Amino acid sequence: MAEYAYSAPLSIDDAVGILEDHANSGRRAQVLAGGTDLIVQMRGTDREPRTIVDIKRLEETNRIDADGDDIYIGAAIASAVLDEHEELKRLLPGLLESAYLIGSTQIQGRATLGGNLCNSSPAADTIPAMIANRGACVIAGPGGRREVPVEDFCTGVGTNVLEAGEFLLGLRFPRPAPGTADAYLRFIPRTEMDIAVAGAGVSVTLDGNGVCTAARVGIGAVAPTPLIVPEAAESLVGTRVDDDALVAAGEACTAASSPISDKRGTVSYRLKVVGVLCRRAGAIARDRVLARGG
Amino acid sequence: MTKMHVQTSINGETVEFLCSPQQTLLEALREIVGRQGTKEGCGTGDCGACSVLIDDRLVCSCLVFAAETQGAEVTTIEGIAGDGGLHPLQEKFLEHAALQCGICTPGFIVAAKSLLDRDPDPDEETIRYWLAGNLCRCTGYDKIIRAVQDAAGELAYQA
Repeated sequence: MAEYAYSAPLSIDDAVGILEDHANSGRRAQVLAGGTDLIVQMRGTDREPRTIVDIKRLEETNRIDADGDDIYIGAAIASAVLDEHEELKRLLPGLLESAYLIGSTQIQGRATLGGNLCNSSPAADTIPAMIANRGACVIAGPGGRREVPVEDFCTGVGTNVLEAGEFLLGLRFPRPAPGTADAYLRFIPRTEMDIAVAGAGVSVTLDGNGVCTAARVGIGAVAPTPLIVPEAAESLVGTRVDDDALVAAGEACTAASSPISDKRGTVSYRLKVVGVLCRRAGAIARDRVLARGG
Repeated sequence: MTKMHVQTSINGETVEFLCSPQQTLLEALREIVGRQGTKEGCGTGDCGACSVLIDDRLVCSCLVFAAETQGAEVTTIEGIAGDGGLHPLQEKFLEHAALQCGICTPGFIVAAKSLLDRDPDPDEETIRYWLAGNLCRCTGYDKIIRAVQDAAGELAYQA
């Protein structure tokens, strides 16, 4: 009979080895980061015994590097730790806000970007913000390491590209170019601790004249997976991110969405709100660049 | 089933225990180690009744496996009062009648202490957001907020 087990490997090779070994012998293993989704699932809908592989003892999952050309955030870094990182707050304010929106102070103490991504909920708040920031998933596995753009990571509701023996080490983001800022907004029916009805993350780069030279838009909770919306970004490039451009970007987000109706919102409501959120997040990102003088 | 051997520090005291791999820290505290001040509310991280500190970080002990606390420093409600008696937060909860049934109280006090350790003079909005993950179904929140504000003043006066 299958039994529960817990393992906290000290090297990436050991972690991959445990995952691979379980996959090869048909036993279930599951990676644990903060546990705020996993433990709830294990107590509720999915009680099947398995080996828990805790990746929090690895150096690579606990590292933050905000000094180089690339920014790296380990998969086991708790949101509360991110929120105390002044340099990351300056570089990626919208990404940190998306993490800060999730759960209570207590949840913030455990929950991770990596876990939010690997849980692969359509409504995950951090994923649109990671997409907007050109994030890449750094994945370790039997074949070594590989990287996957965040927008290609989720394959469906609760599913992703991770294969047997693989786990997420961390997230890599290119250092934002001068004149770049991001923002993330979601709508929830109350002010704290709820799941997004819709969400939008926007990053814009403005030149010295305030003209947008690059943009990225990610949206959530309006399709089976979070989406990148290139048409929305294209509506912003070449403009001053003015009202007309933002309306066009919002319309592109609405057009890209294929939401469902559930207790949090109807299809028509989500289609409308995702456009509004894109517009407002785009304006915040623009104003952030202008406020610091480009 | 194979038991795990865990050595951790609970309120400054080194504690060793055996637990099952899937047992939570909350279960270990209450059922193995015998520290029953930490309460179980929802068991899914929504109510904050089981709040403890792990390495000075506020968490729900129902959402942590006991095995994860190997080598960690855990602080529970039993570690809040000093040798000289109740902590000012505990005194002020009594004074302001900030509890009725009491199930949520240990979590509120551990969470509030974690806030005051970081921000000795929080405004009301900060307190309300910090404690948004602690639910109280009988007292209501106003008395709790006032108790935390008053305790902050008391701690500032003592300092």
